[in-house]
Amino acid sequence: MRALVLLLSLCWASLVPASAETLITSLSNHRVLITSNYTGTSIAVFGAIERDAQTISRATGYDAVVTVRGPTQYLVVREKEQIGPVWINQEQQKFPLAPSYLGVLMSAPIDEITSPQLRQRQKIGLRAIIDAPDFTNVRDGADQPFRDALYRLKEQEGLYHEDERGVTFLTPSIFRASIPLPATAPPGNYDVEVTLLADTVILARTITHFELVKTGFEQQVGEVARDWSVLYGLTTALLAIFFGWGANVIFRRD
Amino acid sequence: MQIYLPIAEMPVSVLLILGMGAAVGFISGLFGIGGGFLMTPLLIFLGIPPAVAVATQSAQIVASSTTSSLNALRRKALDFKLGTILVAGGFIGSVLGVWFFAAARRAGQLDLVIVISYVTLFTVVGSLMLKESLREFWTKRKGGSVRLRRQAGEHAPYLGLPFRVRFYRSKLYASVIPILGLALFVGFAGALLGIGGGFIMVPALLYIFRVPTSVVVGTSQFQIVCTTLVALILHAVANQAVDIVLAILLIVGGVFGAQFGARAGRYLRAELFRFLLALLLLAVGLRFAMELVVHPDEPFSITVQESRT
Repeated sequence: MRALVLLLSLCWASLVPASAETLITSLSNHRVLITSNYTGTSIAVFGAIERDAQTISRATGYDAVVTVRGPTQYLVVREKEQIGPVWINQEQQKFPLAPSYLGVLMSAPIDEITSPQLRQRQKIGLRAIIDAPDFTNVRDGADQPFRDALYRLKEQEGLYHEDERGVTFLTPSIFRASIPLPATAPPGNYDVEVTLLADTVILARTITHFELVKTGFEQQVGEVARDWSVLYGLTTALLAIFFGWGANVIFRRD
Repeated sequence: MQIYLPIAEMPVSVLLILGMGAAVGFISGLFGIGGGFLMTPLLIFLGIPPAVAVATQSAQIVASSTTSSLNALRRKALDFKLGTILVAGGFIGSVLGVWFFAAARRAGQLDLVIVISYVTLFTVVGSLMLKESLREFWTKRKGGSVRLRRQAGEHAPYLGLPFRVRFYRSKLYASVIPILGLALFVGFAGALLGIGGGFIMVPALLYIFRVPTSVVVGTSQFQIVCTTLVALILHAVANQAVDIVLAILLIVGGVFGAQFGARAGRYLRAELFRFLLALLLLAVGLRFAMELVVHPDEPFSITVQESRT
């Protein structure tokens, strides 16, 4: 019985850190508005580490990892292969719940702040998230080139990125990070997960959200196109005919 | 200057889109083709989602073709009778094309079908036209007369099939069966490839039916207005992929371009016109062929699957 209690308390200890640091995070903006001149933005994350009287002192200082996940998409990655003289799409790998945007900001290179096992288990860092077994179906290593391709192509678009110096500690217990959002990041809900570590152990984790929304004209156009699609199509068609007729009148030379 | 596109959900440079619209509009007005096969790849290259690119450029085609049709109407270079038959045949072809599109997608080889169709159509039509126009140049230099009009008693057998109709403006007296057949094929290819099909219609009317060049452009533009209007509304209803802001930018650029194109077309000699169109088609065909044959730098590609099937 005593052993069981000890075991349970050990499990409990590994789940909830006994060190009693509390992490408080805040975003500069919880609602980013897309207007007609929107060309991307950046959102600041602030974090403060609160220690109480029982907190043991840390010799190594704190590390923080900020992970931002955009709305999920059903992505299919295809590979072209040569068949005879032509290159055609052959194999494909499906990523049913891939985030459209994925940003990881860290206070130090990932090898210095976590162990490989912890990284894999807790999905810390872009590589660990993309290589996670539940990210796509595992096919005995055949899935790895597709995972790599997803990373590479999304990174080229600026939608997946990792910055190992993206989190700055202003004081030993207050940090700040700036999440860059490219203009191509789609509207929707974004999750911001902040993980606090010390000496390769996770101390605390918080999750906050922000949303990227179209406003005013952009929002109305989106709604009309979705809810009144026949009207929208007819309007566009009439507009096109009107412009065509207008040009004919303006340029008429008799 | 950047503007955010509400449906494509990304910002674009206003001047770049206006310029692209003008350039494609010029070619469209010059040759009497829609120009969709040029605009769609350009938009996709800018990063606009393919569905939005295909759907939205049809709005620009409607606008520029309306202008060209009205111009042709004023110059009495539009054969309504011929145009109506082409439209009717085109609709039936489109329905068949949409059905085949779905079948190819189920088989998982839609991309391949599209690229191969592009390559075959463009290179075949392009090289046939190039051969023909080079022969015209040659005959002219030797002092011979170019024989493009039909002469008395010189009718291809397919024109003499039953249901003959007289098309005064096109100087054509022919059976409606081959005309409907052509329209059917153009509608089919158009629906399959997401294009208006003007580049098949124009050479076919020129070479198979020997319709005068000026009437060909006007009539083809009339047919394009009708089919693309239907396509535009279908895209808006079925895919909700028409971006009205992008459409307006393309239209404004396009109508100006189309005006100058149509004007330039009037000063272009007929055989030079056919030679240039042949070169354009061959170039596009070769570009698609390259895509198929050349070792890709990046063999992988990502597509967003809209529906989970």
